[in-house]
Amino acid sequence: MSVGRPLLPLLLAAPLLMGQAKPVLVPDVSQRQVDIAYSFTGADLLLFGAILYPGGRVPAGERPADIVVVVKGPTQSILLREKEKVAGIWVNAQSARYRSAPSFYSVASSRPIRDLVDDRTRAIYELGLDSLQLSPTSTAPPDVQARFGRGLVELKKRAGLYVESPRAVEITDGVLYRARVTIPARVPVGRFTAETFLIRDGRVLAAAVRDIDIRKSGFERFVARAADRHELIYGLVAVMLSVGLGYLAGWVARRM
Amino acid sequence: MRRRPRYQQQVDLYLPIANLSVNALVIVLLGGGVGLLSGMFGVGGGFLTTPLLIVYGIPPTVAAASSASQVTGASVSGVFAHLRRRGVDFKMGGVLVAGGITGTFAGAWIFRQLQALGQIDTVIAVVYVVMLSWIGGTMAREAMTTILLARRGQPPRPRKRRHHPLVAALPMRTRFYASGLYISPLAPLLLGFVTGILTILLGVGGGFILVPAMIYLLGMATGVVVGTSLFQTLFVTAMATMVHATTTKAVDIVLAGLLLIGSVTGAQVGARFATRVKPEYLRLALAVIVLLVGVRILLGLVWRPEEIFTVALS
Repeated sequence: MSVGRPLLPLLLAAPLLMGQAKPVLVPDVSQRQVDIAYSFTGADLLLFGAILYPGGRVPAGERPADIVVVVKGPTQSILLREKEKVAGIWVNAQSARYRSAPSFYSVASSRPIRDLVDDRTRAIYELGLDSLQLSPTSTAPPDVQARFGRGLVELKKRAGLYVESPRAVEITDGVLYRARVTIPARVPVGRFTAETFLIRDGRVLAAAVRDIDIRKSGFERFVARAADRHELIYGLVAVMLSVGLGYLAGWVARRM
Repeated sequence: MRRRPRYQQQVDLYLPIANLSVNALVIVLLGGGVGLLSGMFGVGGGFLTTPLLIVYGIPPTVAAASSASQVTGASVSGVFAHLRRRGVDFKMGGVLVAGGITGTFAGAWIFRQLQALGQIDTVIAVVYVVMLSWIGGTMAREAMTTILLARRGQPPRPRKRRHHPLVAALPMRTRFYASGLYISPLAPLLLGFVTGILTILLGVGGGFILVPAMIYLLGMATGVVVGTSLFQTLFVTAMATMVHATTTKAVDIVLAGLLLIGSVTGAQVGARFATRVKPEYLRLALAVIVLLVGVRILLGLVWRPEEIFTVALS
């Protein structure tokens, strides 16, 4: 776990500091790397950091800024299918393709996002589940596209893969913030990003990104790799395992 | 934040191919339950494993691919037991295996086509409902008749062993000595082919189709039916595992291992239990289980599903 290398973001933010009296963001994540091992049931990430005001505290008479954190999984090209009742049974009928649906998306904020920024800003920064850029490729009429978009978000929400938690970011004394984001066991592996936005008066004052690597480790990594790269040997091992265990059980049973 | 109690955390196991964590104990018990049935009834049990895994939340493809290897394990000890008492017709078994292996390749092709159409899950479910209600119905009727006759003190009607007229019409007849048959090898070849397709699609060994077909369609000598069917199951499910490993890459060796540990143990217990119960009652019990599973899957098809939308990677 690496906690903070606050110097670098500070230096990067130096030009901002020199300008008007804008607060600066120093964000960090509790884990830069999440290893999926045999007992993986999900991970809890702590996103935390400081809001540096020029004077060291929230200036008197000024409204405190708000924080929004977004954790995003690698985007996937997906095909979304909708079931319909045909001749008494439910079968897949219409479908829609999305080129860049995030596999995981969790947004936490200190206040509901709708109270913080307008629709346009939300769309630009992809803040909130209704502002995701899914890049649909279908030419279906807008109402159908909207239905599919809602369907996708609802589906992912129920699977715990899309999460919206307003008021989940705690801000202490206006300068220290923290938010907890739960990554479920079902996430795909890959590079995740944790974005932090500092927002005041409907404007994004500062933003920062941290990468988080989620990967299989140890035996799980070995198995997943073997299944992908050495299919034939993997299959043979699976067959041998089943034949061996079956034979062993029979052998034991005969001797009892 | 959901934190599970410690005892439960320890049995949680991450499946590297299915990409989710499961309760290892539940999977082992599931395998054990299916193994118990397979030992009692002499079926592989794949027709129960796959649907149960899907109900548990395992993706259907991974469920079908991994339960095939469980059936391999369950059939091994059966094959050896039957070999010792000469209950395997190798010639017939060889023809069935040849048909079965061809079937797995055809099945893999069908699987890909249906997957591309997005109808694989529906097809799997519909085929299950048809197969299970047909087999369950036939078995229940047959077992009931035997039980009723036995209660009235009448001896069961001896059934004349003969093959279906269609089978007799096929050309290139040859002798299967152990089965006591003089028929065309095309019939068992075709039978093996169909079972091979089902093995890939459903993750079943196909014993529950093979055994009745061998008795009622081919008219084989009953002494070699179960042994030969298990022989075919062993090779074809092993082949199906290979095909899945190389095409769908959906064989989860951890899941298969957990299922195997349960099922091979359960199978031995079941085999011992089976000798103490009258076979017609066993068949009736199996018929009821088969019908219940069929009804459950049928309900899944006609009831409004919880999720109208499904996501597939493309």
